Amino acid sequence: MDLPEFPPKVGVGDFGAALWNPEAATPSGLIGPDGLTAPKRFNVYRNNVIVSLCDALEQTFPALQNLLGEDYFKALARAFVVQHPPKSPVLIWYGSEFPDFIEAFPPLASYPYLADVARVEWAWVQAYHAADVAPLDPAALGSVDPNVLGSIRFEKHPAAALIMSSWPVWDLARANRFEPDEEIRVDLDRSQSVLIARPEFDVELLQLRPGGDVFLNALLSGATLGEAAALAEGQVAEFSLSDCLSDCLSIGVFTDLVTA
Amino acid sequence: MSVQPSRPDRTDASVPARAGAGLKAEHVEEILTSSADIGFFEVHAENYMGAGGTPHRQLEAIREVYPLSLHGVGLSIGGEQPLDKDHLQRLAALNKRYEPGLFSEHLAWSTHDTTYYNDLLPVPYDKATLDRVCEHIEEVQDVVGRKMLLENPSTYVAFEQSTMSEIDFLKEITRRTGCGLLLDVNNVYVSCTNHERSAATYLSEFPIGDVGEIHLGGHAPDVDDAGRPLLIDAHDREVDDAVWPLYEMIVSQTGPLPTLIEWDNEVPVWSVLLAEAQAAERILHRASATGLQRAV
Repeated sequence: MDLPEFPPKVGVGDFGAALWNPEAATPSGLIGPDGLTAPKRFNVYRNNVIVSLCDALEQTFPALQNLLGEDYFKALARAFVVQHPPKSPVLIWYGSEFPDFIEAFPPLASYPYLADVARVEWAWVQAYHAADVAPLDPAALGSVDPNVLGSIRFEKHPAAALIMSSWPVWDLARANRFEPDEEIRVDLDRSQSVLIARPEFDVELLQLRPGGDVFLNALLSGATLGEAAALAEGQVAEFSLSDCLSDCLSIGVFTDLVTA
Repeated sequence: MSVQPSRPDRTDASVPARAGAGLKAEHVEEILTSSADIGFFEVHAENYMGAGGTPHRQLEAIREVYPLSLHGVGLSIGGEQPLDKDHLQRLAALNKRYEPGLFSEHLAWSTHDTTYYNDLLPVPYDKATLDRVCEHIEEVQDVVGRKMLLENPSTYVAFEQSTMSEIDFLKEITRRTGCGLLLDVNNVYVSCTNHERSAATYLSEFPIGDVGEIHLGGHAPDVDDAGRPLLIDAHDREVDDAVWPLYEMIVSQTGPLPTLIEWDNEVPVWSVLLAEAQAAERILHRASATGLQRAV
């Protein structure tokens, strides 16, 4: 007959596995002052791990918490944390999978706009911590030979992000986080795209004008200025190249331009 | 000893034997505009591992005026697997970037396989763990290029497999690696209460000659399965009345040491945190007076 090891050895693998599973027994060998296995003591660690990671998500996704209410957000965060624990001790990078998780979370299937709100919030945090790089001086465009203007490409600023959405994410993000005191009527039949950038230290959000998302998305995918403008003009009648380009330049979406 | 920083716009790097506080983003502006009279600031290294932006701008502004202590919370020195090389490089880079006068980490683990648990989890005090922890500390000191301080943990459970006391474990680590110790007096009180031992006895056995910094913080009271007191290292309130006398007992023996007030949850307004640091500083003054008397 095989007897268990005595005293029982608790490896970090056993300890860690029991942390995620609230139903799991406390690993035997973890004891209180009376020498007995101590479930309530072990639960302090369980609680610390889950609650601190839920708090980290709460800090990154406050608009989402506002939309879902504190209790629902907590339950959702808990479900996410157990399925997607962090892989790095740097928690400012924790939560990249949260928007996709929400999108695929069956109980929230009737709220398809939530994932895009989460994408805006994720981009905001990444912009907040992005490298300090001077954005392209808008005047630089003026020194480009007009004959080759159509063939220039732009390099993206590390803080810049474009969230294209079929939902009114601009209004949802403002109403639930960025402009809580404004009276914003959210019309779920509208679709809005949001540009996030950090020209210096403050993260800025901007709603893209009609066609601006198609245009910028093409530029960020490596299209030339001419190609991106043609694409946007073809898809959106009201597209204005000069307005959209000046929006992008004013909040520092690019670091440099490259002539062919 | 004074340590000259590499940049002329920065103050001396060495952390004085005064009280300091954990730096919180929401306090930075008030600290700088009021020119707060405080010995130093400590930051959690992991909060400054982003590439740029406001956190680094704030920390640089603080660093110009105050000495800094860099405190890692995620290296998993007590883990069973090799240290995360990328994370170690990030710690080395922060040390280089900000020239902190003190650098510390924990006797704990937080990473296993690819999962980061975001808590300071306990280790058994046995030979296998001791060997591993010492190897890890030597690696840290090699890569970062300086001596580190290791902090004693708050624990809620003990390991039946432990074969050494926590004190003997820490003493052996400092003997083998040459690292210093960060004595968290609140952790001592929390752990000793939780394991029904005397905190005063623990402190009387602690290798105080190796202590380079002291931590003080608040804890939350609870009870365990059998209704015994169970204290939780919550850092969410003032330093407990029971902890101050233990602190005074230690510094009356060691003389003044850099002392940090940790308040990481339910963070109060700056004036409340500063008042806690001033309370610690009054005890440091008394300790230095006692020391003088002893010297005379």
